[in-house]
Amino acid sequence: MIHSLFLINPSGDIFLEKHWKSVVSRSVCDYFLEAKEKALEPEDVPPVIHTPRHYLISIYRDKLFFLSVIQTEVPPLFVIEFLHRVAEMIQDYFGECSETVVKDNMVMVYELLEEMLDNGFPLATESNVLKEMIRPPTILRSVVNTLTGTSNIGDTLPTGQLSTIPWRRAGVKYTNNEAYFDVVEEIDAILDQSGTTVFAEIQGVVGACVKLSGMPDLTLSFMNPRLLDDVSFHPCVRYKRWESERVLSFIPPDGNFTLMTYHVNAQNLVAIPVYVKQSISFFESGSGGRLDVTVGPKQTMGKTVEGVMVTVHLPKTILSVNLTATQGSYTYDNGTKLLVWDIGKLNPQKLPNLRGSLSLQAGAPKPEENPSLNIDLKIQQLAISGLKVNRLDMFGEKYKPFKGVKYITKAGKFQVRT
Amino acid sequence: MEWANQLCENRQFGSKMTDSKYFTTTKKGEIFELKAELNSDKKEKKKEAVKKVIASMTVGKDVSALFPDVVNCMQTDNLELKKLVYLYLMNYAKSQPDMAIMAVNTFVKDCEDANPLIRALAVRTMGCIRVDKITEYLCEPLRKCLKDEDPYVRKTAAVCVAKLHDINAQLVEDQGFLDTLKDLISDSNPMVVANAVAALSEIAESHPNSNLLDLNPQSINKLLTALNECTEWGQIFILDCLANYTPRDDRESQSICERVTPRLSHANSAVVLSAVKVLMKFMEMLPKDLDYYGTLLKKLAPPLVTLLSAEPELQYVALRNINLIVQKRPEILKHEMKVFFVKYNDPIYVKLEKLDIMIRLASQANIAQVLAELKEYATEVDVDFVRKAVRAIGRCAIKVEQSAERCVSTLLDLIQTKVNYVVQEAIVVIKDIFRKYPNKYESVIATLCENLDSLDEPEARAAMIWIVGEYAERIDNADELLESFLEGFHDESTQVQLQLLTAIVKLFLKKPTETQELVQQVLSLATQDSDNPDLRDRGYIYWRLLSTDPVAAKEVVLAEKPLISEETDLIEPTLLEELICHIGTLASVYHKPPSAFVEGSRGVMHKRLPARTGSGESTESPDVGTAAGGSAPEAAPSIIPSQGDLLGDLLNLDMAPPTTTGPPPPNTGMQMGGMDLLGGGLDSLLGGDIGGSPAMGAGFGAAPAVMPASLNAPVGGGLGDLFDLGGGVGMPMGAYIPPKTVWLPAMKAKGLEISGTFARRAGVIQMELILTNKAMSVMTDFAIQFNRNSFGLAPAGPLQVLTPLGPNQTIEVSLPLSTVGPVMKMDPLNNLQVAVKNNIDVFYFSCQYPISMLFVEDGKMERQVFLATWKDIPNDNESQFQIKDCHLNSDAASSKLQGSNIFTIAKRTVEGQDMLYMSIKLSNGIWVLAELRVQAGNPNYTISLKCRAPEVSQCVFQCYEAVLKN
Repeated sequence: MIHSLFLINPSGDIFLEKHWKSVVSRSVCDYFLEAKEKALEPEDVPPVIHTPRHYLISIYRDKLFFLSVIQTEVPPLFVIEFLHRVAEMIQDYFGECSETVVKDNMVMVYELLEEMLDNGFPLATESNVLKEMIRPPTILRSVVNTLTGTSNIGDTLPTGQLSTIPWRRAGVKYTNNEAYFDVVEEIDAILDQSGTTVFAEIQGVVGACVKLSGMPDLTLSFMNPRLLDDVSFHPCVRYKRWESERVLSFIPPDGNFTLMTYHVNAQNLVAIPVYVKQSISFFESGSGGRLDVTVGPKQTMGKTVEGVMVTVHLPKTILSVNLTATQGSYTYDNGTKLLVWDIGKLNPQKLPNLRGSLSLQAGAPKPEENPSLNIDLKIQQLAISGLKVNRLDMFGEKYKPFKGVKYITKAGKFQVRT
Repeated sequence: MEWANQLCENRQFGSKMTDSKYFTTTKKGEIFELKAELNSDKKEKKKEAVKKVIASMTVGKDVSALFPDVVNCMQTDNLELKKLVYLYLMNYAKSQPDMAIMAVNTFVKDCEDANPLIRALAVRTMGCIRVDKITEYLCEPLRKCLKDEDPYVRKTAAVCVAKLHDINAQLVEDQGFLDTLKDLISDSNPMVVANAVAALSEIAESHPNSNLLDLNPQSINKLLTALNECTEWGQIFILDCLANYTPRDDRESQSICERVTPRLSHANSAVVLSAVKVLMKFMEMLPKDLDYYGTLLKKLAPPLVTLLSAEPELQYVALRNINLIVQKRPEILKHEMKVFFVKYNDPIYVKLEKLDIMIRLASQANIAQVLAELKEYATEVDVDFVRKAVRAIGRCAIKVEQSAERCVSTLLDLIQTKVNYVVQEAIVVIKDIFRKYPNKYESVIATLCENLDSLDEPEARAAMIWIVGEYAERIDNADELLESFLEGFHDESTQVQLQLLTAIVKLFLKKPTETQELVQQVLSLATQDSDNPDLRDRGYIYWRLLSTDPVAAKEVVLAEKPLISEETDLIEPTLLEELICHIGTLASVYHKPPSAFVEGSRGVMHKRLPARTGSGESTESPDVGTAAGGSAPEAAPSIIPSQGDLLGDLLNLDMAPPTTTGPPPPNTGMQMGGMDLLGGGLDSLLGGDIGGSPAMGAGFGAAPAVMPASLNAPVGGGLGDLFDLGGGVGMPMGAYIPPKTVWLPAMKAKGLEISGTFARRAGVIQMELILTNKAMSVMTDFAIQFNRNSFGLAPAGPLQVLTPLGPNQTIEVSLPLSTVGPVMKMDPLNNLQVAVKNNIDVFYFSCQYPISMLFVEDGKMERQVFLATWKDIPNDNESQFQIKDCHLNSDAASSKLQGSNIFTIAKRTVEGQDMLYMSIKLSNGIWVLAELRVQAGNPNYTISLKCRAPEVSQCVFQCYEAVLKN
C-alpha cells in the first residue's frame, strides 16, 4: 500500500514528508526530480515512475506535486485517487491548497495525514469524519483554545466512522434548513478549421450544498434522465433506485459534496453555443503574419453567452503582436507566447472581432505548427444538454427545507483548430 | 506573564499565529531549548514543544535526540498530546529500540481503555513501532483487540496484523493471528471485512503460495454483501480479492458479474477499474450466445469513457488499461473512437497513449476520421508527439489495407511540408508500407529521393538506403545516390553501414556492369577498414557469395522477403491474458507480468483467465495449467523427425493420409532446443554408464515380478492394483493398465527401489511409480529425467516427492507425461530409459511402456476414410498375428478394446466368423488399422494390422494380447 508521501513545490523542494511504514529516504525523490527536469511543463511529468526499489506515483495539482512512494503491487488509481483526496482535504480545511498554507499548518496537516491512512490503508477520508476528529481551524477556535487550553482534537469516536452511512454524522442541527443543487455542465469540444465539430461531449456535475437537520432522506428526480450516458454517484446514492426508476435517492452528507457526475456524448445532443471564424496566416517570406478572429453565438437556447475568452498559443518564433479588438481587451505575454482576448458578454448584434498583424523574430522561418484556439464561456441558467431537475422530496424529517436548483454551462476543453 | 510572552512572540513573527513559527528556531541551541520545554511542568508548553518537534520532523530534520524527553510526555490524558507523541514514536522508535520499550506499558494500558478511540489508537500505533524486541509484548493486547466488541477497534487491529507480519512473519503465524484474521472475513461489520481482506491480501503477496484467501462460494457471498456496504477503499480491496476467484460454472460467474456491475457507477475511478477487472475476467466464462454477455459488453464502455474525463494522471492509468482491454475485446470500444482524439492541452503522456489506442481501434469504418486527426496532430508543436503521429499513419496503412493509398498520399503531403523530423519519420514508415504492399506505391520513390539530403537520423537514412537498394532497377541514378552515402561511410552508424552494404550488393546484382567498382569499394570498406565485427562478417559473406557463385548470391540477396505482419506491437496472447487478470495494477501500467518487476514476489502465481464452460465453442484460452516458471508443453503432440531416422521418415509419411485434419502445429524452436539439451546431456550420461541399456531394460521388463512384498506400502496402492485388475475383467470400459513391475531393484540403486507402471487416465499419460527407501538414511531431492525415446515421452512436470523419504518408507507418485519431448528411435520401440536422481546419486533404468498408453481418445476413423486408407496402405505393411487362448466373444472384445482407445468401426459376420475393423491413433498421429477375426468357439483370434509405419505393429499386437487377456 502507500508507503510514504512527499509534497514538492515546482522548483523541486520537498517541504513535507510523511511515512506510514518505515522511513524512506527522501533521496528517492531524485528519480522524480530527474523526470521533472526532462519534462517541458510540470504537467508533463509521467504519473508513474519505476525506480529500482520503489514506484513513484505522483499528481500535479494546485501547482504542487504530491508524490507517493510504493513498494508493493498496488492499484495505481487507488493511489492517485487518494492523493487527490489529500489535496481536497487541504483545500477543505484551510481554504486553499498551497505551499504556504501547508507550511503554516504543518502539524495539523501531519495529524490529518495520520488519520487518513494507517499502514498505507485508507482510514478516514470522508471530510465529515475527519472534521470530527480534527477540527478545522477558525479564528474563534484558536482564541478559545489558547485561553482555555482545549485542543483541536476530538476525543470521541466519530459517529460516521462505522455506520453504513459514513458520510453523515449524527445530530446535525440547523436553524435554517436548506438544500441547493448546482447542475454544472462543461462542453468539451474540438472544432476543425471550418467550424465542423470533430468531437464534442458534455461533462456534467450535480453539486450539492445540503444543510439539513437530522437524517433527511432525499429524492431528486429529473425531467429527462434518459439523456445521461454514463453516471457516477456519490456513495450515498442508492444505485438500485436509479436502475429501476431513474431517480436519485440518498441520505446526503452534511455540507458541500458532489452528488453525481455524468456524461453526454451522443454527438447530436451536444449543442455548440458559439462559432469562431478565424484565420491565422503567415507570409511565405517569413517576416510576419495576420490574425483575424470573430466570435458569434450559435446554439444558445435564447440565453446570453458571457465570460467569453479566447486563448491562443502562438508559435515560439512570434516576436510581437499588433492587434485591435472591437470588444473587450487582449493581452499578450511574450514569455509564454500566450495571447488572451477577454471578450465578456457576446452581443449578437455586433460580433466581436480581433484582428491585426503578427511579427516574427528576425530571420525566423515561417512557423510550422498551426496554433490552436481555446475558448472559455459561460451561460447562466442553462444546462446545455437540456437536463432539468423535476422535483426534490424529503422524507424522514418533519420540517420544510428551502430548496433551489441552479444551472450553468461552461466551456471545458473547448478547442478550435486552425 | 505566559500570555504576554506569547503575544510578544506572535508580534515578532507576524500577527498570524501559525505553525511557520516552528521553523524560525533553526539556531544551534534548538535541540537544547526544546529539551527544556519538553520537560516543562506546564502542559501547554509541553504540547507546544512537542508540536515544534513534530514540525521539525515533517520537514526532515533529525530530532531523534529528544526521544526520551518526548516519550516522557506520553502518559497523559490529553488526546492531542498523546497523538503527537505517538506520531513521534512511530518515526523514531526504530532508531532508538531500547528506549522504545519504555512505551510498551502505556500501549498495554491504553488497549484496555474504556474509550474505543484510545484502544484503537494504541493498537494502531504499536503496530507502527517497527522494533523486533517490542513485538512480542504486543501480541496479547492485539489478540484482545481483534476480538474487541467495538468494530472500530477490530478493523484497526486487522491492519495491525499486517503491520506485525511485515516485522515478524513467523511470530504472526505462530500466534495464530492469521486464522483470527481469516475469521474476520465473516465479521458482521463490512468495514472490518474490508480491512481483513486488505490485510490478508497484503500478507498473501509476500507468501504467494500460502492459501490465505481461501475463496469458496460462501466466502464470496460474504464479500459481495460487504461490497455494497463498505467504504470506497474497502470496495477496491474486496473487488481485487474477488478477481482471484475462479467461479465453478458460468451461472456463478454471471451472478457475481450482476452483483459487481453497480460498482461501475462509482465516483472513485479505482473502484470502477477494479470492477472492470472482475467483469473482464469472469466474462470469459460466460457463453457468448448468452443475452447477458451482450448486455455486459455494452455496460463496460461508458465507465471506461468516463475515466477519460478525469484528471490526467487517472486518464493515463485508464488508457494503459484500455490498451489491454481493446486488444482483448475490441468490440467494447469500437464505436468510441472519438473520445481518444487528442486535445491540445492533454499532457504529453496522455497524448501518446491515446494515439496508441486510436491505431488499435482503427478499422475500415473509421479510418477516414482517424487519418484526418493524425494529419492534424502531425502539425502540432511537440516533436515526440508529431513523430508518433506520423508513424501512426504508417501503421494505419499497414493495418487497414483499404486505407493504404490514402495514408501514402497523406504521408507525401507531410513530406512536402519539409519539416525535417516529419520527413524522416515519414520515410521510415513508407519503407514498412513498401514491405507490406510490394509493387504498389513505388511511384513515390522520386519524391522520397528529393529529400535525401535532409535526412540526418540513422533510422531514416537506413530506411532510405534500403529503398534505393531494393528498387535500384527503377531509380536511374541509384548508383550515384548510394555512392554519395559511401563518402562518409565510417562516420555513419552501424545501422546505416549495414544497410548501405546490402543496398550496394543488391544494386550490383541488378546492374552488374556499371557498379563493379562501387561494390568493390564498399566490400573493402566493410571488411578491411571497419572494426565492427557484424559489418565485417556481413561483408565477407557477400564477398564470398559474389566470388564463388553469383547466381546463388542473387537468389540469396534478392530473395523474396516475407510480408510484414499487420500489427507488430500486439501483446503476446498468454501475456495479455495474464495482464487482463491484473487490470488496474502496476503490472497493467507497465504491460509486464508482475513477476517480472515487483520486488519480493518470488514465484508469483501466474493468473489465467478462466475457461469458458458450457457452450460447445472452442475456448479462447486453452487451459494448459502451466505452473509458475514451468515450461509445460503447449503445442499439440507432434514429432520433429531427426535426420536419417527411419521412424522419423515414416512419421513424415504419416502426415499425408486423408484422415488427419491438418499438419500438427510445429513446436517452438526454443522449447525443443531446451529439451534437446537436457536430453542430450542425459543421453551421454546413459551411454557412459549402461551401454546395453535396451537389453537390460528388456531383461527387467521381461521378468514381471509382481509388486514386491512391500508390506509397508500404503493400503491404497494395493487396492488400486486390485481395482486395476478388476477393471480388466469386470469393467470392460476401463483402460488396460499393466501391473506394476520392479524397474529398479534396491541393490542396484543404493537402497532405492522403484517399481511402476504406465496408465492413461482421462487422456493424460501417467507414469505411476512406487518409491521405496530400503536404505538406512533419508532420501530427498528426487528428480526424474527421460532419455530421448521413440514417441517423445517426457515428464510434464517435476517429480512430486515433497517430503523426505525416510528408511523403510514408501511413497506413491504419479507423474504426468507429455509427448512433445525429443524423439529418437529406440529398440524395442517402446523402450524408455529413465534417470532418477536423489540426494545420494543418479540411477538409471529402462522400462517398456505398453504402446496403448499412446492411443488417443479421438482415434475413431470414419468408415469411408478407413476403407480408403486400408486400400491405400501397401500390402507389404500388413502383418498378421495370432492371439491364443482368448475366450471372449467379439462384442466383449470390442468393448474391452474400446476402453484402451482401440475403436471398432465396423463388424461383419461371414460364415460364423466375426470380422471386427478397428482403428487406433497414436499420440504422434500415426494411424493403425486392424482387422480382428473371431470365430465362435475358437479361442484363437487372428489379427491383421496395417500401418504406414509397420514397426509399431509388433507393439500394437502386444497390446491387443495384453488387453484381451486381462
